[in-house]
Amino acid sequence: MRWLRILLAPSLLALLLAGPSFAVAPTLSQAEEARAVAIGSQLRCLVCQNESVEQSSATLAANIRHIIRQQVAAGWTNRQIMHWMTARYGDFIRLDPPFNRLTLLLWVMPVLAPAVGLGIALGASRRRPGPPPPLSDAEKRRLASLLE
Amino acid sequence: MERVGILRRPLLLMPLGAAVVGGIGFVELLMRAEEGRYNPHTVPNLMVGHAVPPFSVGAAPPGTGFSTADLQHLAKPVLVNFFASWCVPCHAEAPLLMQLKAEGVPIWGIDYADTEPALGRFLAADGNPFARLGGDPKGEAAIAWGISGVPESFLIDRSGIIRWHLGDPLSPAIVSAQLIPLVRKYG
Amino acid sequence: MIPELGNFALALACCIAATQAVLLLLGAQGREVRLMAMAPGLAFGQLIAIGASFAALAWSNAVSDFSVRNVAEFSQSQAPLFYKVTGTWGNHDGSILLWCLVLAICGAAVGAFGSNLPASLRARVIGVLGAVAAGFLLFALTASNPFTRIWPPPMQGQGMNPLLQDPALAIHPPILYLGYVGFSVPFAFAIAALLEGRIDAAWGRWVRPWALTSWCFLTAGIALGSWWAYYDLGWGGFWFWDPVENSSLLPWLTGTALIHSAIVVEKRESLKTWTVLLAIVTFSLSLSGTFLTRSGILNSVHAFAVAPTRGLFILALLGLVMVPSLLLFALRAPVLAPAGLFAVLSREGAIVLNNILLCSIAAVVFTGTLYPPFAALLAGEQLSVGAPFFNSTVLPLAVPLVLAMSIGPALSWKRAELFPAFLRLWWAALAAAAVGIVAALGWHGLAALGFAGAAWLILGALADIAQRIRLFRIRFSESFARLAGLPLGAIGAAVAHAGLGVTIAGIAGMTLASQRVVFLHPGQSTDFAGYRWTLQSLDRVPGPDFVSRVASLEASRNGRTVAVLHPADRKFPVQGTAVTDTAIRTNLLVDLYSALGNVRNGGAEVRLRYDPLAPWIWLGAVVMALGGGLSLADRRLRVGAPARRGARVPV
Repeated sequence: MRWLRILLAPSLLALLLAGPSFAVAPTLSQAEEARAVAIGSQLRCLVCQNESVEQSSATLAANIRHIIRQQVAAGWTNRQIMHWMTARYGDFIRLDPPFNRLTLLLWVMPVLAPAVGLGIALGASRRRPGPPPPLSDAEKRRLASLLE
Repeated sequence: MERVGILRRPLLLMPLGAAVVGGIGFVELLMRAEEGRYNPHTVPNLMVGHAVPPFSVGAAPPGTGFSTADLQHLAKPVLVNFFASWCVPCHAEAPLLMQLKAEGVPIWGIDYADTEPALGRFLAADGNPFARLGGDPKGEAAIAWGISGVPESFLIDRSGIIRWHLGDPLSPAIVSAQLIPLVRKYG
Repeated sequence: MIPELGNFALALACCIAATQAVLLLLGAQGREVRLMAMAPGLAFGQLIAIGASFAALAWSNAVSDFSVRNVAEFSQSQAPLFYKVTGTWGNHDGSILLWCLVLAICGAAVGAFGSNLPASLRARVIGVLGAVAAGFLLFALTASNPFTRIWPPPMQGQGMNPLLQDPALAIHPPILYLGYVGFSVPFAFAIAALLEGRIDAAWGRWVRPWALTSWCFLTAGIALGSWWAYYDLGWGGFWFWDPVENSSLLPWLTGTALIHSAIVVEKRESLKTWTVLLAIVTFSLSLSGTFLTRSGILNSVHAFAVAPTRGLFILALLGLVMVPSLLLFALRAPVLAPAGLFAVLSREGAIVLNNILLCSIAAVVFTGTLYPPFAALLAGEQLSVGAPFFNSTVLPLAVPLVLAMSIGPALSWKRAELFPAFLRLWWAALAAAAVGIVAALGWHGLAALGFAGAAWLILGALADIAQRIRLFRIRFSESFARLAGLPLGAIGAAVAHAGLGVTIAGIAGMTLASQRVVFLHPGQSTDFAGYRWTLQSLDRVPGPDFVSRVASLEASRNGRTVAVLHPADRKFPVQGTAVTDTAIRTNLLVDLYSALGNVRNGGAEVRLRYDPLAPWIWLGAVVMALGGGLSLADRRLRVGAPARRGARVPV
C-alpha cells in the first residue's frame, strides 16, 4: 500500500508532536489507527490555538477524531476525508497550507531564501579581488634569495 | 564596479522597504481588528449556499430526532439551532428563541454533547422553543454542519439549502437586521 | 505611598533615559569629552530609578496591595509569596516594566564593563540604549502604567493565572528578556558604528561578548519554555511552531548568525555590512516578537487578547526603532568597506554558508508565521500554517547546516583545502554513518537522520579538540598540557556545537516515544513499555488556593517497584480554571511520563508515555549555553584596543 509509505514520513514527523487520542470509536487495525492519527495531525483543532486535533483535549477535537476514525473504517481515502473537512471549514482547518497561487511565496521560500543569500554572497565576493594565488617555484626561489 | 554599485543601493534599501510595507500592513490589520472586521480566532464556515449535509440526530426526549431527509421539502424556512444545556450563552439566547417561535418561525434544535437529564432541566427552566429536537452526543452532526462551538444557528430554505449561518448567540439586533428579512425572502 | 514612589521613579527613569540619549549622542557627535564621560553615570542613574520602580511594584504584589489596579487584576492574597513576587511580570504592564529594567541593566553593564571601549563608541552605545529605553518608559508611563490605583480597593484580587504558579514559568520571562533585550546592546553597537562611520576588527571583538551573553540567555529562555510545555501541558509536546514560539526562535536564529559573523569581522575585517544588518535585525525581531504577542494579531495560545490601541502604540515604538536604524543602514553601509579577503573555501566561507542557512531558516519561519494575517488582509482567505509545514520546510535546510557545522571548524582561516579537513573528520563521518544505518535498521529513517546528525556534531566537536591538542600524535602528557592551555573560546565553540548535537539526539529519541491512555480504577493495572502500572489510589488534597486530585501510580518491573508517580489535577476556585500536573520519573536517558485525565465513577483516565532521550533536548540547550559561557570567559575577549584619538581616517 503505497499511500501508507508515503504517509509514513510526514506522519512520523507529526508524531514528534502528536499526542494521544481519547478515541471512543470503531476499533481499528494498527495500520488504520496510524492512518487516522496521521490525518488528525494535519487538522487544526478549531477551538484551541495551534494544536492538531490529535493533540487537543477539547470536545470538538474529540468529535473530529471520532469522525475521522469512522471514515477510515469505512474505507475513505485521505483525499476524501480532507476534502470533506475543508468543505466545511475551509483551508483554515489544514495545518499544512495548500499549494496554490496564494501560498506560492510561502512554499517557495525555503528555496528562494538560500538562493538569494548565495546570490548576494557570490556577488559580494566577485566584487572583491580574490586572495593572491600561491607563489610559483620561481617566485619562491626569488623570495628565498631576497630574504638572505 | 559601477554596475555592482548601482545594484547595491537598492539592495541596502530593501530591509527598510520591507519594514515599511510590513508596518503599513500591521496598521491596517489593527484598524480592522478595532472595527471587528479582523479576528484571527474566528473559524470559517463554508456551508452557506450548499445543501444540508448528510446527517441524522437521534431522539432526545421530548424530541424524536430528525435527519437530512426531513429538511428537504419544508412548508416554511426552518432555523436549525445547535445548543447545549451546559452552554451559558445558550441560556441567554433561549428567550429570543421562544419569541421567534411565537412569531411562527419553526426552530429545530440539536443538543450537542449533552445528556438527557440535563436537557430536560434546560427545557424546563427556559421553555422549549423547538418544533423538532434531536441529540448529538458524539458531535457527529455538529462536525457535519461545520460548527466550532455552541450556540450556532442556520437558516434552511424550503428546498433544503442553507441560506444563513451565525457562529455566535442570536441577539435582537441580528434577528431583526438579518434573520427576519431572510425568513420573509425565502418564506 | 510605595506605588506613588514607584510611579515617580518610573517618570524619573524616563527623563534620565531621554537625557542620556540626547546628551550622549550629541556629545559623541561633537566630540565633547565631558559629555561623553557622563555615559556610565547616566546609565547607572537610570538603573537605580527603574530598579526602584520595579521594586515598588514587586513590593505591592508581595503585600497584596489591592489598591493598585495591576495587583487587584492579577493577584490574590492566598497565592504563595514566591508566586506573588514572580507574578509581578506575569501580565502585560508588569512585563513591560521588566523589559525596561533589563534595558537599564544592559546600559549599566556597558557603563560598568565598557571601560575598554573608546569614549565616543561607549557614549554612542549608551546613548542609543537610552533612546530605546526612553521610548519604552514613555509607553509604560502613559499607556500601560502598572501603578494606576483603584479606590475603594477590592477585598480580594481577581486571581493569578494558575498556569503561572509554576517555578519554570515564573523565571521564564526574566531569562527570556535578558536574551531579547540583551540584543539591544549589539544593536546599539551597530548604530554607533554606523553613526561613527567605521567598523574595525576591534569593534568585532567588543560586540561579540554582548551578543554571546544575550544568546546564552535566549537559548536558556527558549529551552525553559519548551521544557515547561512538556511537563505541564500533559501530553508530551515540547515545540508546536506556535507563532509566539516562532517569534522567540527568530531572534535566536539571527543571533546565532550574528555571533558567528562577528568573528569574521574581528579576524578579517570583512562581512561588516552583513554583521551590522544582523545586529539591527535581531533586535528588531525581538521587538516585533513583543508586538506580535501583545497586539493579538496572531492566532496563538500565548497571545494576549486583541488590543488594537496597545498594539498601535507598540507598533509605533517598533517603527521608531526600526525605520531610522534601517535608513541609517541604507545610507551609511557603503562607508563600511571590507579590508580583508578570504577564499570561498575557508573557515570564513563556512561561516558565510552558516549565516545563509540560518537566515534562510529564519526567513521560512518568518514567512510561515506572518502568512495567515497577511493572507487574510490581502486576499481575505483564512489559512493555517502549522507544524507540518514548518517541519517539512525547516528540516531540509537544517540538514546541510548540521553537515557544515562540523566541517567549518576543521577548515583553516583565509584559505583552506578539503583534504586536511577530511583527514581530521573521516572517523567521525564513518561513526555517524554507522549510527545512522543501525538506527535506520532498528527504527525508522527520521530517527536515523537525527541520531546520525547528533553523532556527527558531537564527534566532530571532539575531533576539533583532538586536532588542537594533537591527540595521538604527541605524548599524552603534552596533549593534556595543550588542553589546559587551549583558549576557552575554542573549547566553548566545541562544547556549544556538541550541545546542539545532544538536543538533536533528544528530538530524534522523541520520535521513538510511545504512549497509552487507559481508564483505571484504584487497584487496577496495565502493562506498558515493559512496566506494570498500577493505580494505587486517588485522593483529594486541598492547597492554599486550589483543590487537587492526586493519583498514586506505581510502575513496577518483575514485581519490584521502580517508581511511584503522583500525577495530579488542580482546580482553582477563584479563577474557575484547572491545571494538570504531570508526574515524570527520569533517569536522564528515558522519561516515564504520567498525566491525569478525566476523573469519574471513582476511576481516572491516565495517560502514560515512554519518552526516550527526552531530557537530552533541554540538557543539550544547557550545554549550548555552557559553551557560550565558556567562550565569554576567554581572556582574549577582555583585552580591548586602546581608545582611538585624532582625526578620523575613512577606511
